[in-house]
Amino acid sequence: MTSPHIAPGNSLKRLMTHVIIALIPGTLAYAWHFGPGVLINITLAILFALMFEALALKMRSRAVMPHLTDFSAVVAAWLFALCLPMHSPWWLVLVGIGFTMIAGKHVYGGLGFNPFNPAMVGYVVLLISFPREMTTWYLPGSVSGEALTLADALAYSFGGADIHQWDALSSATPLDQLKTAVGQHMAISEIRLSPVFGNYGGKGWEWVSLGWFVGGLWLLATRTIRWHIPVALLGGVLAMALVFYLADAERYASPLFHLLSGAVIIGAFFIATDPVTAATTERGRIVYGLLIGFLIYVIRVWGGYPDGIAFAVLLANMCVPFIDYYTQPRIYGEK
Amino acid sequence: MRKLHQFHGGLHLEGHKSESLTRNLRQASLPPRLYLPLRQHIGEHNKPLVDVGNRVLKGHVISASSSLIRAAVHAPTSGTVTAISDYPVAHPSGLKDTCIVIDVDGEDEAAAPVIPDLQQLEAGEIIDLICRSGVVGLGGAAFPSSPKLSRGKMQGIETLIINGVECEPYITCDDMLMRHYAAEILRGVGYLQRILNPQFTLIGIEDNKPEAIAAMTSGLAHAGLAATEIVSIPTIYPSGGEKQLIQILTGREVPHGQLAFDIGLFCQNVGTCVAITRALEQDQPLISRVVTITGDNIREPGNWEVRLGSPVRHLVELAGGYLHGDSSPLVMGGPMMGFSLSGDQVPIVKASNCIMVMREQAMTRRPGYHDECIRCGKCTEVCPAQLLPQQLYWHARAGAFERAQEFHLLDCIECGCCSAVCPSGIPLVQYYRAAKSEIRAAHKVQIKSDRARFRFEFRERRLLLKKQQDEERRRLKREALQKKKIQAGGEVPIADPVQAALERVKARKLAEQEDSQ
Repeated sequence: MTSPHIAPGNSLKRLMTHVIIALIPGTLAYAWHFGPGVLINITLAILFALMFEALALKMRSRAVMPHLTDFSAVVAAWLFALCLPMHSPWWLVLVGIGFTMIAGKHVYGGLGFNPFNPAMVGYVVLLISFPREMTTWYLPGSVSGEALTLADALAYSFGGADIHQWDALSSATPLDQLKTAVGQHMAISEIRLSPVFGNYGGKGWEWVSLGWFVGGLWLLATRTIRWHIPVALLGGVLAMALVFYLADAERYASPLFHLLSGAVIIGAFFIATDPVTAATTERGRIVYGLLIGFLIYVIRVWGGYPDGIAFAVLLANMCVPFIDYYTQPRIYGEK
Repeated sequence: MRKLHQFHGGLHLEGHKSESLTRNLRQASLPPRLYLPLRQHIGEHNKPLVDVGNRVLKGHVISASSSLIRAAVHAPTSGTVTAISDYPVAHPSGLKDTCIVIDVDGEDEAAAPVIPDLQQLEAGEIIDLICRSGVVGLGGAAFPSSPKLSRGKMQGIETLIINGVECEPYITCDDMLMRHYAAEILRGVGYLQRILNPQFTLIGIEDNKPEAIAAMTSGLAHAGLAATEIVSIPTIYPSGGEKQLIQILTGREVPHGQLAFDIGLFCQNVGTCVAITRALEQDQPLISRVVTITGDNIREPGNWEVRLGSPVRHLVELAGGYLHGDSSPLVMGGPMMGFSLSGDQVPIVKASNCIMVMREQAMTRRPGYHDECIRCGKCTEVCPAQLLPQQLYWHARAGAFERAQEFHLLDCIECGCCSAVCPSGIPLVQYYRAAKSEIRAAHKVQIKSDRARFRFEFRERRLLLKKQQDEERRRLKREALQKKKIQAGGEVPIADPVQAALERVKARKLAEQEDSQ
């Protein structure tokens, strides 16, 4: 027996449970505005993730039990599912989560050894491989005036329903519309008249973002995560958006719009803070957060995709060893 | 109020001090047999000075060493030496080590004390007396006090810091000592002041020990010590670590690669002060100490003044025995830095401040299994040395010891904060200890091979030199011989024998030609 000889006060399970609890407000807001599809995605993703996790552990001759119940697979699956369009066929979830768990995590040696955020790996694979499915988003019920029932959503997920009957409800995301319209030289003030936009961000989306924000604050309060990455990331986006907004408000959306649209808030509090793939020194985390914030804005405004969280995070993941090495803290007694 | 400073990180731990504080300090009876390990302090281990069969009196030196860092061990009571062989000792490895075994005769007969006139003594002479009494630092590290004092005196000390912090949970021996022996502690401080001549003396005590602070404060009023202050410091682990206490009290950091006295600071534990007082005033060497016995599996937790060499079992029996079962997991030291004992036959040594008797469940950290590091950085937040424990773990585990040293592995003070907060339950400090010992071992091998290479090269040089000298000697001899020949025969010296031979042949050939013509 080695010291310390006190009962452990913390565990992976406890940390992961905290993250799951923190995801609840945003998830509920999501389901409230966009229907029950997201819940189906999450449920499917968790089931498939646990399946892949058990399979991978078995194949790697590792003990299945303590690992399967550390809930890290549940967290990865949940975050992955939130990246998908709200109505996705079951096979899309399966393929994506397969890449998340196997290519994103277990090929590197499992939890703790993966250099890239697994959920982002799975998402990016889908985004590149299935562009049509991955860009078919739906309007919030408050805009389309129609609410999908759970039965409808299930029928769609499992392929029993004709996809085209809901074509009227499908729509590009607000960020996508913004990007396309700016590309057509429309002014921001003009674009923002479209019903998909709310007061600050996309309609419905701003409430979801608020949900993530509430959960994120709770993670900070429980010290599950530290402030460095979220603050730096939001600061990075804000700074970039502010500079360009002040330069030309008709071509560049407001800083608040950028913060409350797409995945910035969930990215700041839940995705970039994945400890395994993030920088680990305090100064390093600030650099890492700023880098992601900067990249998000660059990809959104000048890149080929409407939102850039996944690519920004994966690019920053690559820089982590470098960042960590050059941001070592001053140790006790060192000048 | 003195302005206090903070150190990085640290932990607020449950104190568990009250359990062992409900009873007063008691004198432990003599066990039938004492086991005194030769290795009780940092530095080279002692050699026995007694033989099996010898009768020893209380206070007799039974083992000593001649190295610079030394502390003699004395017979804690009178009796007969019955064995000098290997017994289980208090060491994390659980290995046995050589002990002198004394069968106690129960008379507790002491050698006649020789008490010098302390007023007449020089600082150096006081240090000698402390050295002879085998005093070591009683805070846990057991570093011999006299070499430390000599060095401190040489360097010049600005501030003397007396450590009454006792930051580890469960341990209360220093608390009890301060409550009961405040006067002796403060007289010991007085002797330290005479040796070191500091400008200020600060006595640091954690604020969870109000009784000890009160006892020390009232003692100080009568002690007549100049520029001495009792400082109540906030309770946070590991405030009792030397470097951390220095930081709290002075705001200064001991520079990397240096020691406290290099910046004019000198730390000594309150227990050591008592040992010094007794050594000087009563000629009583270090033969006993206060030990806390506590935990959830002992009937009567408390503090005992115990003779060194008493088996832990004896202490357990005095404290009413185990609550559950005949044996129990035992830890020597506190929960954060203590180590498991192989059993209760292990003897109390100079460094033993606490015996924790814990039920298995309370201590379990999923033995043999831990999750992988997820780089959450909790360890970094609490590290008082401001290291990156997660990076150290990564490199230590991979056997990349050079890399681990780049991340300052050797600056780890092994306080255990990182292990305590790790969500994956990784015994981090254990990895660091293993890596450190590998590095030390490699260093030793390196020194050995350096020495071997030096010797080899030296021998090569020596042989070459010898060859040159031999040749030179032969040449000189030849020349001398030739000179001798000239002097003896008056012969024309032949410059070159080969040339001469050729000329002889030439002459002969010429002669032959002339003959044939």
